[in-house]
Amino acid sequence: MAERVVVTAWGVVSSIGSTAASYWANLVRGVSGIADATLVPTDLLTNKIVAEVKDFDPPAHFDERQSAMLDRVAQFAVVAAREAIAQSGLSFEGGLSERTATIIGTGVGGQNTQDDNYKRLYRDNAKRLHPLTIPKLMVNAPASQVSMDRGLRGPCFAVASACASATHAIGLAFHMVRSGAATCAVTGGADACITFGTLKGWEAMRVMAPDTCRPFSRDRKGLVLGEGAAVVVLETEAHARARGAEILGEITGFGMSSDAYDLTTPDESGMVRAISGALADARLDPSDVQYVNAHGTGTAANDETETKAIKRAFGAHAGKLAISSNKSMVGHALGAAGGLELVATLMAMREKIVPPTINYLGPDPACDLDYVPNEARALDVRAAISNSFAFGGLNAVLAVKRW
Amino acid sequence: MDNVAAEVIAIIAAKAREGQKIEMTDRLADLGIDSFGAVEMIFDLEEKFDIQITYNSNDPKPEFETVGDVVNAIEKVVNGKA
Repeated sequence: MAERVVVTAWGVVSSIGSTAASYWANLVRGVSGIADATLVPTDLLTNKIVAEVKDFDPPAHFDERQSAMLDRVAQFAVVAAREAIAQSGLSFEGGLSERTATIIGTGVGGQNTQDDNYKRLYRDNAKRLHPLTIPKLMVNAPASQVSMDRGLRGPCFAVASACASATHAIGLAFHMVRSGAATCAVTGGADACITFGTLKGWEAMRVMAPDTCRPFSRDRKGLVLGEGAAVVVLETEAHARARGAEILGEITGFGMSSDAYDLTTPDESGMVRAISGALADARLDPSDVQYVNAHGTGTAANDETETKAIKRAFGAHAGKLAISSNKSMVGHALGAAGGLELVATLMAMREKIVPPTINYLGPDPACDLDYVPNEARALDVRAAISNSFAFGGLNAVLAVKRW
Repeated sequence: MDNVAAEVIAIIAAKAREGQKIEMTDRLADLGIDSFGAVEMIFDLEEKFDIQITYNSNDPKPEFETVGDVVNAIEKVVNGKA
């Protein structure tokens, strides 16, 4: 028998707050985390704006030895996981550690380590690299570091699907808990790729906004790169009830699809299959849903295609949906994005407030739905979905219900 | 046709559908150059002429609609540089 899967905790590191509570408060206030880059020199960058995690102080979280072992991306993941696990009250004793899955998505892993070390090698003609170069930059490092830091001995692995990594990770964790393969899961995503090399790579794609991120708005000029982490604790309803845990929401469905079409151009039908798949898995009728937390990157192509996909998946009900994009505030945190967005979606249901899409200048004829422009809105959200659509044509959508 | 124009057209031809004859009035889209094809074309032009071209694929009205637009823009930058 399938188990019901509930969320009992969350933790966040973001450009607008490095706890879940501060992240949510700033999302609702419409605070932007987007500003000129400070982590990298900007004189050789065409696009200088990013959404950095500000005031992140490794010594506040790690001793020197541990800090040296962890790339910034793994530090984010561990800090978010610690917050979530502390909130959950779980101690993973009595065999629970072995029945807890740790699945952390990341788009690109330890980019700071890679950039710093390759710079030493190629530019500074260093003769050797630091011995931890490889274990710090590998994409499973955030997952491994979370499991080591918290002593989680069950299934543990990374999921890499670019901008959908966290959503795929949480979806797989949901499947494992629902099927009984795991009792609990610590899952989410992390990325920390604001490095000179990565920014030059993004710049070359010509999709970066020079001003700010304005999803679904007229005169939107592209995406803004962000960073951060978000981790949730999932468990079976039975386990959460037995220990008297506070249940924050329920994950009820997961839809996945591949466009098998183009590396970067979004595909409406792939998006529709993932959205409809999540709704069907959750046994939700389109009219049961009040809120869509959009992928909403702020590029011309994504926002127009996502709008069409929402219309096709939801039919006439699309016009009644509240739709918003957190990326207007926290930028595109790649492998962390789906985690940050799932937490926002769950909080919106719980608090009955939908966060806005900020920087919205007015409607684009190609994007003609309700994007909750600029101001948060009180709304009784009983069911919602969170969309993630990655480069490579990989789509993942989670469906959630209020508890 | 001067050298710059010939070289620009050769780069455009490499991105266009195979065997396509390139005219100055042809629209890039009609040659089979999609938005990412245009980004790659601009990269090739920047590398070839060691220049920098401002281009954002999110702009609703692309600066470079036709082959002639690209040739004129590159000639302007290259000649301005010299």
